[in-house]
Amino acid sequence: MASCKYDWPAPSERQLIGKRIKRIDGPVKSSGQAKYTFDINRPGMLFGKVLRCPYAHAKITALDVTPAKNAPGVKAVRVIQDVGSEIQWQGDEIVVLAAETEEAAEDAMRMIKVEYEPMPFFVMDEDIKAAGAHAKPPQVKKVGDPDQAFQEAGLVVSEGYYGLPVITHCCLESHGNVVEWTDPQSFTVWASTQGVSAVGGQMGEVLGVSPNNIHAICQYIGGGFGSKFQVDRWGIEGARLAKDTGKPVKMMLERDADLLVAGARPSFWGRVKVGAKPDGTITAWDSETWGTGGISGAGTPPVPYPLDQLPNYKRTHTAVATNIGSSRAWRAPNDPQACLLTMAAFDDLAAALKMDPLELLAKNADLAPNPILARTYKEELQKAAELTDWHQRWHPRGDKTEGHIKRGLGVSIHTWGGAPHNGKCNVTIQPDGSVEVALGSQDLGTGTRTVINIVVAETLGLPIEGVKVSIGDSRLPPDGPSGGSTTVGGVSGSTRRGSVNARDQLFQAVAPTLGSQPDQLEAVGGQVRVKGDPSKSLSWKQACAKLGVKPIVAQGEQGPNSECKSLNSGGVGGCQIADVSVDTETGIVRINSMLAVQDCGLVIDPKTAESQVLGALIMGVCYSLYEEKIMDAQTGRMLNPNMEFYKLAGIGDVGDLKAYFMGGEFYEQRGVIGLGEPPVVSPGAAISNAVANAIGVRVPTLPITPQKVLAALEKGMG
Amino acid sequence: MSRRKDKSRKKESPVAPLTRRDFLKGAGVAVSGTILAGHAAVAAAAPETAVVGPGATSVTLQVNGQRRELNLEPRVTLLDALRNDLDLTGAKRVCDRGVCGTCTVLMDGKPVYACSVLAIEAQGHKITTIEGLMHNGQPHPVMTAFVNNDAQQCGFCTPGFVVACAAFLHKHPNPTEAEVEKGLGGNLCRCGTYIGVRAAALEAAKAMRQ
Repeated sequence: MASCKYDWPAPSERQLIGKRIKRIDGPVKSSGQAKYTFDINRPGMLFGKVLRCPYAHAKITALDVTPAKNAPGVKAVRVIQDVGSEIQWQGDEIVVLAAETEEAAEDAMRMIKVEYEPMPFFVMDEDIKAAGAHAKPPQVKKVGDPDQAFQEAGLVVSEGYYGLPVITHCCLESHGNVVEWTDPQSFTVWASTQGVSAVGGQMGEVLGVSPNNIHAICQYIGGGFGSKFQVDRWGIEGARLAKDTGKPVKMMLERDADLLVAGARPSFWGRVKVGAKPDGTITAWDSETWGTGGISGAGTPPVPYPLDQLPNYKRTHTAVATNIGSSRAWRAPNDPQACLLTMAAFDDLAAALKMDPLELLAKNADLAPNPILARTYKEELQKAAELTDWHQRWHPRGDKTEGHIKRGLGVSIHTWGGAPHNGKCNVTIQPDGSVEVALGSQDLGTGTRTVINIVVAETLGLPIEGVKVSIGDSRLPPDGPSGGSTTVGGVSGSTRRGSVNARDQLFQAVAPTLGSQPDQLEAVGGQVRVKGDPSKSLSWKQACAKLGVKPIVAQGEQGPNSECKSLNSGGVGGCQIADVSVDTETGIVRINSMLAVQDCGLVIDPKTAESQVLGALIMGVCYSLYEEKIMDAQTGRMLNPNMEFYKLAGIGDVGDLKAYFMGGEFYEQRGVIGLGEPPVVSPGAAISNAVANAIGVRVPTLPITPQKVLAALEKGMG
Repeated sequence: MSRRKDKSRKKESPVAPLTRRDFLKGAGVAVSGTILAGHAAVAAAAPETAVVGPGATSVTLQVNGQRRELNLEPRVTLLDALRNDLDLTGAKRVCDRGVCGTCTVLMDGKPVYACSVLAIEAQGHKITTIEGLMHNGQPHPVMTAFVNNDAQQCGFCTPGFVVACAAFLHKHPNPTEAEVEKGLGGNLCRCGTYIGVRAAALEAAKAMRQ
């Protein structure tokens, strides 16, 4: 591979990259000083509230906001959807208002008189036969000749039904913003957003304000997971209320609204038929699936997954339109769904073949999209087996030990892209030696700030404290939104380039003093010195003093066509193993442990990267065992728009979790690759397979509730 | 009446580990105390009985060692008073109904869900928020342990966890991992930081014993 001046330092030269560095914004977060959007209080600020439709489908027949307008403390009322509007889901916005206190706003909301004509609705999507006209035309993809392949003599065929329901994002900080107009054509917006550089464009277009006059700030965000890319109607209306009243307005969603309308992951249900030769070579696949992401349906999860080079397969997917809040990208869109259906089907196939499922995956790893991933899966499966003692501990389906606690192991593999997004940064070196890196990125809690800090400090030979990281502000050089695991590659690409460029300018300035050429200098350990002659050196401060009065401001850019392929790339593989115990009397599933073996290229900060993986496993436990947006067939309403019944795992529910990163040249030569999504893909399949291994029968759908476990056991006995 | 109840509550044995149920019970007592006080006032119908509301009324809170005078409607929760009126935003509003623990503050040293305590009910009690756990600008050992063990991602649940953990360790200076899981079972995290929290609690326990 041709070398590039932005290449990462050789492993032996790295001072910070690859070391377990503490999150730099840890202290402000753990002490409660970090100000999130929900925490912004401005002088004279009003509170915005939204009146929402209680029906899944209805027409507004009467609306009178006059009493609310005249209510004490109310400063502005805006009708969003008036008489005659057809509402397509519970929770859709009808009226917004702003008042001096939250209590006054709530009182005023209750004074609004609105009448609806309820209309027929459809909210239950698991039974495709009931969908009728709500089912869109099926999308079919066919490769090879699956019908013929299933006819092959001696083929072992497994058929099953699997699925997972709609779940929500349930970010702890709800969606919303605070808007303060500074003049009739300009405003500041504190937004809970995954893309601070994109807020101005989105709001400006709708509000008729130049994005140059919109100052967006997001220093801290209380969770996004894919649901916070858009400003949303409530965000726009908050800005309008602020303009109407001439006062700052805080518009943050209540918890019920957040669970109703601010994000959902599409469901995915279906019947899968899969066939393999007696030696385990998988040759044929046929799936009929469906799912919903709300009124607009949902995309097609890419089954078979991630071993998609099956010679013969057919997939038929039907998007179902339902009267529920629309879907949003949920951490690794489509992949957890595709992974569950494929990996559960393969696991059942392994049982039919009387084969170890881990061996089945290893045997078929060459069905991966490319040879790099095939090798990755083989190595990861081997590593995961070794770390979990799989070959000693795995047993064929059904734990035969006495008693009602049955234990089992399950395995799954997954992939994700995670290539870098585009973005720019400025790196400034001041004559006094202070350094700032600035870019309009955002840290979702993934450790973005910390990674940027490490990259720049490493490049300039400075300690972590020697670099100030400025992000979360639209006035900084624009960076891409944080989605699809694109951020770490994007910001490490732009800031490596920016800091190399700044460093080279500094070398130019100090080379004469050191009696050397710029390309003969290095910045290491707080010094600028001549390579191979440490006696010729300047301290960082001395070197920067040579700049006189003019700071260096260097730009770095991560563009679509990288000249430096070793800096960052995309395409990772991962393997996970779950170890569960199931109480066959109560149906309760307990996670004993989970292991994630993950490849993500070069890891900048193993400490925060590990947190990403462990957090993904925990989100995986949540959607495998607890989470479901439960809809009521009778009323069309969500039954659990609250956190008592929209259940998340607690600290005692997750067992022992471990993350292992694949290292070495084969993996690291691809540079930095995103990590947010991949480890959240496999847990559903790994846990479902472990439960099947423990109790001897498949619990077909997530979440694996006690009721479903007991039903599966009963069916298994019959 | 509610005062008497509070006093008896203070006498509760500190031996039992603080469980999620305990936590809910604590919050529940505070709320039902309010309801009972209201009934008593109506039943007695004594004109001099201090019936407050429904309009705004003067409320005095002792927060982080400071006396704070506020004018609040009786229905305002302690959490909203802290966040909206005192700009103490470390305690977060997430579920707003006593489930997630992100609003945890200390009331006379005991953790409560501030979303489930009325501000008027908190009068006469010493309230400590996450901001009050800092000592002379220095972080509380639990905060340090959370940073060391990366027990936070987005950080929105973190202040609640830190306050709950500080209170838990005060009562259980030498906990087992299982006790930590029970003691912090009243706080939820969405990013999935529990492994770090578990390690942080054990590290902080050690640091606080020294």
